[in-house]
Amino acid sequence: MDTRELALKIRRHAVTMTHLGKSSHVGAVLSMADIVAVLYGRVLAVKPDEPHWPDRDRFILSKGHAGAGVYAALAERGFFPVDQLKLHYANGSKLSGHVSHKGIPGVELSTGSLGHGLSVGTGMAYATRLDGRKHRVFVLMSDGECDEGSNWEAIMFAAHHRLANLVAVIDYNKIQSLAPVEETLRLEPFADKWRAFGWRVVEADGHDHKALAAALAAPAAATDAPTCVIAHTTKGKGVSFMENSVLWHYRTPQGEEYERAMAELGGPADA
Amino acid sequence: MRDEFIRTLTDIAKNNRNVMLITGDLGFGVLTKFWTELPAQFVNAGVAEQNMTGLAAGMALEGKTVFTYSIANFPTLRCLEQIRNDACYHGAAVKIVAIGGGFAYGSLGITHHATEDIAIMRALPDITVVAPGDPVEVAAATRAICKLPGTCYLRLGRGGEPHVHQGEIQFTVGKAIRLFTGSDIAIIATGGILKQAVDAREALKAAGLDVALYSMHTVKPLDREAIAEAARTAKLIVTVEEHSVVGGLGGAVAETLAQLPGAKAILKIIGLEAGFSSVVGDQDYLRGIYGLSAKSIVRSVMQTWKII
Repeated sequence: MDTRELALKIRRHAVTMTHLGKSSHVGAVLSMADIVAVLYGRVLAVKPDEPHWPDRDRFILSKGHAGAGVYAALAERGFFPVDQLKLHYANGSKLSGHVSHKGIPGVELSTGSLGHGLSVGTGMAYATRLDGRKHRVFVLMSDGECDEGSNWEAIMFAAHHRLANLVAVIDYNKIQSLAPVEETLRLEPFADKWRAFGWRVVEADGHDHKALAAALAAPAAATDAPTCVIAHTTKGKGVSFMENSVLWHYRTPQGEEYERAMAELGGPADA
Repeated sequence: MRDEFIRTLTDIAKNNRNVMLITGDLGFGVLTKFWTELPAQFVNAGVAEQNMTGLAAGMALEGKTVFTYSIANFPTLRCLEQIRNDACYHGAAVKIVAIGGGFAYGSLGITHHATEDIAIMRALPDITVVAPGDPVEVAAATRAICKLPGTCYLRLGRGGEPHVHQGEIQFTVGKAIRLFTGSDIAIIATGGILKQAVDAREALKAAGLDVALYSMHTVKPLDREAIAEAARTAKLIVTVEEHSVVGGLGGAVAETLAQLPGAKAILKIIGLEAGFSSVVGDQDYLRGIYGLSAKSIVRSVMQTWKII
């Protein structure tokens, strides 16, 4: 699957879904769209017609507020019909704002409260290794989410138990809910922190698909450490007026803003 | 109770390699048997209850039945949201075990008094809440929750609780055990306070009252039939729990009784009335101070009996 094309589709769906749903977090989806596209388009072993295939790679979106991006990727991969995406946020729909597994094939874990995904993914990786199974577990996290202490409990645990089948991916766009990360709770030296905790760290441009594919691939050299991929991203990537803006964590694209966003993403509006 | 629990769990886990035990770095001397005999099924998560519970949910989603183990409020309140979102919402087979329900760790201070846990846990959707009354019930409850799908909370005492049941019992999750029948008063107790309820019943019987006694080991789902039966046969229902009077067994029975068509029985809820305990003392001492000794239960029941 062409991951560039998939990323563009995810972005267009996300803008339309947040437009129709009058919902927030479009900036957070645009930020991670390339990561999700490379995962679902290339890296993850999954079977859309068999969502519970036992040997599938597990993917957890821990930054659950960007659920629209995962719904879009799953629909484009054929887990469910693309036309269901327009029900995002709608009354009576299954596609809640924060990602939910109930009734949505392909979603492993419902999240929305930050700092949960890594522990659950760590448990999955532990059980998987115990049973001698070979698939990997990926957890996509936000940078602001790393404020949550529970993550650091999991980070210690995964390194202590040498869970090499676990991959944490950080969508490091450097902007959190109210202000830049640097002004909220400083994460730097971020990569060093993960290394000090015993993780293998790979940094990559989070919008460069080749770099992402290399970073997310199984490590070439044998390692017994879990991997942290720090993906340097731009919040709101792909829509010029949303990029690097705290505002678009919450603002919903309406009217002319919606039209302009879709035009920048390659064509006229879908809705 | 804790010894009976770990003995039973070790037994189960020996025959089922998918049964796991994770501790939050507690259980010195208690967990040794499981740890040494089944090292692959044992994890010490460290002093990190949020991660312990998230881990358990992740393992459960991969097909394991995972017991999380700690004391007092650590495996429940400290990681309440992990229980709610990661375990309950996903129907994950996470079995939360708290040692030290009520005042079992009395002298250690209020951090170690698990006195609101039943109320808080039973408020969660898709969870089973079990508080066995004696070691015999503990063994049966451990086996039962292991077989149940989904998330369960097992509230245990500490060590040295007396046996109330002599010999085999019929234990079903969600079905109270009726120890005695009686037409004046029905006492319904949950958890390790059961022995005090038995002693209180003896004293009330000696005073000429006909008193039924139920061990309501499962607080959620509550045995509505047992409550309906008690409401039909007795004039006064008394709930006894080593727990706040807000939202625990008494609250659960009140919710049922108040909506029971034609129920005439009056309800008296015996538990911890108000505030934190800042008194230092062991379990028996604190039970005495807070109206939960057999003697205080009798006094309280008699006071209510006289005015109805």
